[in-house]
Amino acid sequence: MALPESRNSFSVQQMIQQKKQKKNKLIQTEKIVPFILLLTAIVSVLTTVGIVVTLLAETFTFFNHVSIKEFFTAQKWYPFSETQGSFGILPLISGTLKVAFIAAIVAVPIGIASAVFLSEYATDRTRRIIKPILEVLAGIPTIVYGFFALTFVTPILRDLIPSLEIFNALSPGIVIGIMITPMIASLSEDAMTSVPKSMREGAYALGATKLEVAIKIVIPAAVSGIIASIVLAVSRAIGETMIVAVAGGSTPNLSWDVTGSIQTMTAYIVQVSQGDAGYGTTIYYSIYAVGFTLFIFTLMMNLLAQFISKRFREEY
Amino acid sequence: MKLINESTILRRMKPRLIKNLVFKCLFMAATIFALLVLGILLYRVITQGIGYLDWQFMQGLPSRNPEQAGVKTALIGTVWLMAVVAPVTLFFGVGTAIYLEEYAKKGKFTTFIQVNISNLAGVPSIVFGLLGLTVFVRALSLGTSVIAAGLTMSLLVLPIIIVSSQEAIRAVPKELREASYGMGATKWQTILRVVMPAAIPGILTGGILALSRAIGETAPLVVLGLPLFLAFLPQSVFDMFTVLPMQIYNWTGRPQEEFHAVAAAGIIVLLTLLIIMNSVAVYIRNKFQKRY
Repeated sequence: MALPESRNSFSVQQMIQQKKQKKNKLIQTEKIVPFILLLTAIVSVLTTVGIVVTLLAETFTFFNHVSIKEFFTAQKWYPFSETQGSFGILPLISGTLKVAFIAAIVAVPIGIASAVFLSEYATDRTRRIIKPILEVLAGIPTIVYGFFALTFVTPILRDLIPSLEIFNALSPGIVIGIMITPMIASLSEDAMTSVPKSMREGAYALGATKLEVAIKIVIPAAVSGIIASIVLAVSRAIGETMIVAVAGGSTPNLSWDVTGSIQTMTAYIVQVSQGDAGYGTTIYYSIYAVGFTLFIFTLMMNLLAQFISKRFREEY
Repeated sequence: MKLINESTILRRMKPRLIKNLVFKCLFMAATIFALLVLGILLYRVITQGIGYLDWQFMQGLPSRNPEQAGVKTALIGTVWLMAVVAPVTLFFGVGTAIYLEEYAKKGKFTTFIQVNISNLAGVPSIVFGLLGLTVFVRALSLGTSVIAAGLTMSLLVLPIIIVSSQEAIRAVPKELREASYGMGATKWQTILRVVMPAAIPGILTGGILALSRAIGETAPLVVLGLPLFLAFLPQSVFDMFTVLPMQIYNWTGRPQEEFHAVAAAGIIVLLTLLIIMNSVAVYIRNKFQKRY
């Protein structure tokens, strides 16, 4: 027996239908959303793949023009000479390492000393004031540091060392050191703060002074974090571009001299990018080969830092 | 009989205490040195540049004459760059963070993405420039446009916003989620209506910091081939443009002393912009961050 169809029952049917539709839509969203989010997460992987593939592909093209042996062993980097062009990366590497080494000499003592001061000596209030200021120092754009190196540090150094050229390795090295100091200070301080208080108290109870606690207890316990911070900071110094491009000059040479003009790997890439080396020339491909070398350098150091902080971490 | 000879103890302790004091002063001096450098840097830049900093400088187009040079094109270019970088990094950064924190199962793939992100954060910015040059400028033939530079910069700062968003999402307590599930909400509804509102202050703070990194970077843009000298404004995201750091780089590179002062004025503008952005970030963090 069929029920008489009223307006009411039709409406209930419709409501059920609507409810079903809504539920279906909800279920669909639940299925689609994770997929979309996964795609966004893949972007970061694609970026890495993109970097490696572009660098590798263009570097291979470069090695069609220049032999690998020349690239790694030749003592000269004269890419712009038409007749006797020479592509030996050693001078660029030497320039890069010189600057990074000077930066480390400046940054390591100052950075670790500030870290010890902040974690062992400073009161909570002092720490709360100083740490943000150090973070400001880390957030200043590198071009500003470059300007500072060229217009302030270089003239002062030239007063002290008359033989210093306008463009040299010393000035950008020192300024990069200043730039990476907050990084070492902040990361080392984190490592030192995470050393448990009970260990310090034990040493104090035996009559140790703050200095003895810092040097004999805290630093040995936090050493993996401290070394990792140094490696990371040096890796940053190697990849630093604008400071050396502004104040370092553009004369690649293979020597230990820090008073003369140099060129780092990054500064070379900048120089070529600004010039009008046409697409497809050997010089154009050379920036990828140099960039790839730089990438390998920094990647190695970052992996080393991760390895050190994992492998040698003291767990308490 | 005295068991402890105080004078002997004092005599033995004294050199150690003095050493402690000397080193304390040394450590303090090192910390103050870092702060002092910041002071000198700001002082130098301000005294050098303040003379050129006026309304005409903000309004002026780049010029061969230092007296008439201005930052208008560069400043507006920086705003254009922000307009591309902000939405792109927020979408991909927050998406990745939600995926990793809420959906991803613990396993090799998730660890791989995580390790990949932390390594990406350590890649020199100039290498991102090479990537952008090949992919965006050449392969997709976007040229040195706002969109090409914006996408390159987005990739560069993506790790920053992913990590800070992850921390923000992780800080939302489990009870809130459980309560939402208990009310019959689905996972996505919970994320959208419970987790996100609670995590948004942290995400925004990270986003602003990422953005301020993006507008201060120069190296990747030099590699992309952005013009150092541009006398017109971009009309769309496909137009050529230049940004503040590029303009400062251009002025710094000139031999004339006057242009160094103009560069300093440009730096003041850039630093002011960064300080405003960072203050907003700190304000958001203090005002809206809830502690659970």
